[in-house]
Amino acid sequence: MSIALLASNLVAAGTPASTTTTVAKNCTVAPGGTKVVGLCTSANSLHISVAYRSIAPMLILAIGALVLLAVSAVLPKRPRVGLYPALTSAIGGLALLAAVLQWFDGAAKAGTVEIGGQIFYDRFSVLLLILISIAVILSSLASDGYLRREGLDGVEAYVLMLMSATGAMLMAEAGGLIMLFLGLEIMSISLYVMAAFHRRRTQSGEAGLKYFILGSFSSALFLYGVALVYGATGSTQFTQIASYLAGNVPANTGVLLAGMALLIVGLGFKVAAVPFHFWTPDVYQGSPTPFTGFMAAVAKAAGFAGLLRVLTQALGTQQADWKPIVWLLAVLTLGVGAVMAIAQKDLKRMLAYSSISQAGYVLLGVQAATTQGSSAALFYLFTYTFIVIGTFAVVDVVQGKGEARTDLGAIRGLARRNPLLGAAMLVLLLAQAGVPFTSGFLAKFYVIQASVDQGQYYLAVIAMLAAAVAAFFYLRVGLLIYQAPDEAEAPVSTPGGGDGVFLAGLEPVPSLDGNVATAVLQAPPSGRIRVPGATALVIGVSVLFTIAAGVSSFAIDFAKAAYSLL
Amino acid sequence: MNAAYLIVALPLAGALILLFGGRRITDPVSGWLATAMAAGSFVATVVVWATLLGRPSSSRSVDKTIFTWMPVGTLHVSFGLTLDPLSILWSLFVTGVGTLITMYSIGYMRGDPSFSRFFFYLNAFIFSMVILVLADNYLFSFLGWEGVGFCSYGLVGFWFDRDSAAVAAKKAFVTNRVGDFGFMVALYLMFAHFGSFNYSVVLAPLAAGHATIATSTATFIAVMLVLGAVAKSAQIPLYMWLPDAMEGPTPVSALIHAATMVTAGVYLIARTAPIIHFSPDAQWIIASIGAGTCFLAATIACVQDDIKRVLAYSTISQIGYMFLAEGSGDYQAGIYHTVMHAFFKALLFLAAGAVIHALHDEQNMKRMGNLRKYLPITFPAFIVGFLALAAIPPFDGFWSKDEVLAAAWHKSPVLWAFGVAAAGLTAYYMSRQVRLVFWGKSRWETAAADHGAAGDTGHSAAGDTGHSVAGDTGHGSVGESGHGSGAPHEAPWTMTVPLVILAVASTFGWLLNADFGGLDFINKWLAPIFPSTVATPFTVSTDTKWVLGIVATAFSLTGLALGMGLWRKAVSRPALEPAFLAHAWYIDEGIAAAVSGPLARMATRFSFVVDATWVDGLVNGVARSAAGAGRQLRRVQTGYVRNYALAIGIGTVIVLFYVSVRAGS
Repeated sequence: MSIALLASNLVAAGTPASTTTTVAKNCTVAPGGTKVVGLCTSANSLHISVAYRSIAPMLILAIGALVLLAVSAVLPKRPRVGLYPALTSAIGGLALLAAVLQWFDGAAKAGTVEIGGQIFYDRFSVLLLILISIAVILSSLASDGYLRREGLDGVEAYVLMLMSATGAMLMAEAGGLIMLFLGLEIMSISLYVMAAFHRRRTQSGEAGLKYFILGSFSSALFLYGVALVYGATGSTQFTQIASYLAGNVPANTGVLLAGMALLIVGLGFKVAAVPFHFWTPDVYQGSPTPFTGFMAAVAKAAGFAGLLRVLTQALGTQQADWKPIVWLLAVLTLGVGAVMAIAQKDLKRMLAYSSISQAGYVLLGVQAATTQGSSAALFYLFTYTFIVIGTFAVVDVVQGKGEARTDLGAIRGLARRNPLLGAAMLVLLLAQAGVPFTSGFLAKFYVIQASVDQGQYYLAVIAMLAAAVAAFFYLRVGLLIYQAPDEAEAPVSTPGGGDGVFLAGLEPVPSLDGNVATAVLQAPPSGRIRVPGATALVIGVSVLFTIAAGVSSFAIDFAKAAYSLL
Repeated sequence: MNAAYLIVALPLAGALILLFGGRRITDPVSGWLATAMAAGSFVATVVVWATLLGRPSSSRSVDKTIFTWMPVGTLHVSFGLTLDPLSILWSLFVTGVGTLITMYSIGYMRGDPSFSRFFFYLNAFIFSMVILVLADNYLFSFLGWEGVGFCSYGLVGFWFDRDSAAVAAKKAFVTNRVGDFGFMVALYLMFAHFGSFNYSVVLAPLAAGHATIATSTATFIAVMLVLGAVAKSAQIPLYMWLPDAMEGPTPVSALIHAATMVTAGVYLIARTAPIIHFSPDAQWIIASIGAGTCFLAATIACVQDDIKRVLAYSTISQIGYMFLAEGSGDYQAGIYHTVMHAFFKALLFLAAGAVIHALHDEQNMKRMGNLRKYLPITFPAFIVGFLALAAIPPFDGFWSKDEVLAAAWHKSPVLWAFGVAAAGLTAYYMSRQVRLVFWGKSRWETAAADHGAAGDTGHSAAGDTGHSVAGDTGHGSVGESGHGSGAPHEAPWTMTVPLVILAVASTFGWLLNADFGGLDFINKWLAPIFPSTVATPFTVSTDTKWVLGIVATAFSLTGLALGMGLWRKAVSRPALEPAFLAHAWYIDEGIAAAVSGPLARMATRFSFVVDATWVDGLVNGVARSAAGAGRQLRRVQTGYVRNYALAIGIGTVIVLFYVSVRAGS
């Protein structure tokens, strides 16, 4: 890894290396700056000082994961209930603390690169580090109940979660394409395993496999994009690429643009933008529910961090080239996500399409290519983290053992079975629909505003129409929560789930008409739902944040502060 | 000044606890909790009031921002409180009267299966009302405005298992939507013209004389706001909902539909005075609405048989006086009357509630009588309220009505004539009411015996439209089984204590703004709100005032004498109870006929032709195409990894094709 670090750093510095150069004692550089031999000491300019403070949260998570493994090795096979989630959330809390300290430290270091230019240390990164730390805390707490219910408890899930978050942090802080790719892989490989974590559910294994195959495919495309961009600009570092493009016209624009296109595809896959979204419904549905929430929050945030860095920072000069692509992706993502969500009968699958649609709004912010748009996108991601983790936590307690009931019918009459849970879910759904006084409204408002400010009226109108379509399915679920199931109603068994179900081919399409849809819903289970304490805490925090960030502007001020210092 | 937050926070906390505590908080506890919260809010208001009082009158306006909701360009929608003489005066009586009525409800609602839901609504109402009053901008105020509308809806329809209650709640809600439309249009206009909703931005420069506003703009904004005010305060032409709203429990009628919520329109107009100042037309409209309403409603009140409906029409009539004063440019007089009215009308409603309670949910006055012997506390309390409302000196109503009428005289003798005529009618119908309720034979005994037939016929002849029998038979089976179970009994202490306090206030409350001896506290207190740049000062000479006062009192006394004389023994005087008035001038029926006649036909046509083919066609078309699109898209979502990879590959190729075209060009 250090070789790669040095190599790209050399290239970035633009060292004219026609022959092997001895830069310093015991430190030689091969022609082209591709090979570094020997030990470079602090005496020369190539020395890379590791500013640990800039990667502190990442280190905490990575070391934490190792500590967790070590602890599990010395403990008896079944340690005290709740030990691992408590430790994981404590590690997440430490990372959060470190990130918050960075927030204040980073203010003075706006836009600085550290560790040989491989790490961006600014508030943009730090905001995402805060977001990821929060996601770790919430998800580890939400997973506890699930894992114990399903008999999967052990240290592995938490270690994977921490490693995946480490990768996501690296993506958020990446100063160049290589670091971005490394982060992407670290994050993704853990996520593949997490998706397949429920050993006894075939869907889970299938989700992991699909995610892995398609993920590898997209990683390959991404890597090819990195190579092409490097070929066109001579660097993999964002700032270097930007300054090169600002000063020169690439000899071959085609190479640069093809590289850019492939980077968009690779990152578009991670954020589940249409048409690179196909894995999303199957993986979200098959993965263990709390992990789905984690995936939706962290992978999306990290992917968008990369997209924002690459497009606005590295390729800011090529706006005219990538804006139409992102425009199209945004429109497709908004439309397909909303329309497909309507047709779903499965709760998790519906939420998967909903998360696709939500990504469309963030793309709106990216497409604006302004400070305002980027901070709106960050704000969107920040609010969505809470919303999506909370929503999947509710789904988790509703579905019951073995993820038996994830169909829409299961949520019917939820308010009867647990009024607080029903109200919480309603708030979270309203937030996703973008109802005022929830964070979702402000989030949508600011991305659309950013779009309008750039004169993108069509895009803004499409986004609003998509929100109207999306409101239908969110409100339908909201209605179901408060619909009392008919006492005399016998459980109706419906064959299959939604579309694309697990290698089974096509399924009959349910009607759009609400009544008919209700008629084919299965009767919900009865009895009061008990929510594990940790899960209840997660849901409560999510709901409170959703409301607090919706009624006041503190969160957007935060996001603005993050971006204005980029 | 930080106590201001408590004014808002305490009722909110109470409402939330009751909402989430639900049935776990049992019978009296939830009532006392709600009372404590309301009382705390009142104490906090008093603290703020005292703090403001300690300042020089020029600096008695404080804005406290709670949080900024969304900063959008130049528009900063912030939610904050404005603490100035006007808002504090209003919250004083909202929380004060609210506390007494909440306490009263503990006794009144005892045994109701939805006891804690009731108190949730009461606390939520007080919260919304103080938001409405204390908000520092029109938008936040509008939220409170909608909040009180919602609580009113929930409380009118509190016994929603009664059809009439559910219908009345809907009527109130729909009528208020018309007004809300006006309010919203006014908000848009205001934003277009001032670029802000904040009182400090919109109103302060106008009030200070630093800015002016075109007459046409002022008129448009003012008229739209007045449309909102008219709906909320039940004035012509949107008053019909208030009598029906009497379906709610009596404390609700007292709190929301007499003392506080219906005065929101009066508050809004007073608050907007700096804009209205620039529009003489708007002033005339307000004054005319007030004069017309106070007379019309008074005539209708003369023939109602339901004890609460008489009071409801009297409320409409009295709010007419407040509008009349405001339209005439004497805001202080209007507000003075508002405060006095809050005392005596709350008193009358609570006393009426005690009567209804004593007779086990009997509301028809023709089946009452002779109750003075049975209700030793309620009876004198009711009489005090009666004298205050009838404007007999020296009770509250006399003094405030006197000032209103003086202002009306200054505006136009015609307006004054309406007001004085209404004053005479007021004394008459209130005398009729007390005669029917407290004197004569004890008709409730016989009424109990032949309750079915006689009772119902008597009612259908008298009650006005849309009011079904269910309204009188009370809620649930309590009314039925309670009949004949013994003599009427006085209410428990939680109900009588508020009566006594309000009776004292109705007797001596006028001293808050007496016209002599430097006792005009309210005028002085409000002076910074209504400088000469807001309300052109005028004086009515003392001699004229004497004459006007004597004439008005003569009218009142005549009405009182007539009422007391004519209804001494009589129970029914068909000549004096014409169907025309009993049916409230047939206005409701006229509207109903218009709505169910041509309008309904048009609506039918729209729903079956236009809606079915065009609108539904469009909506269904969208839905069908969405479903179709979904179906087609689902085909792609096969579940096969190879297909997914292919799709991603195709997407990549398309993007690459696009960039190659771009690179080539």
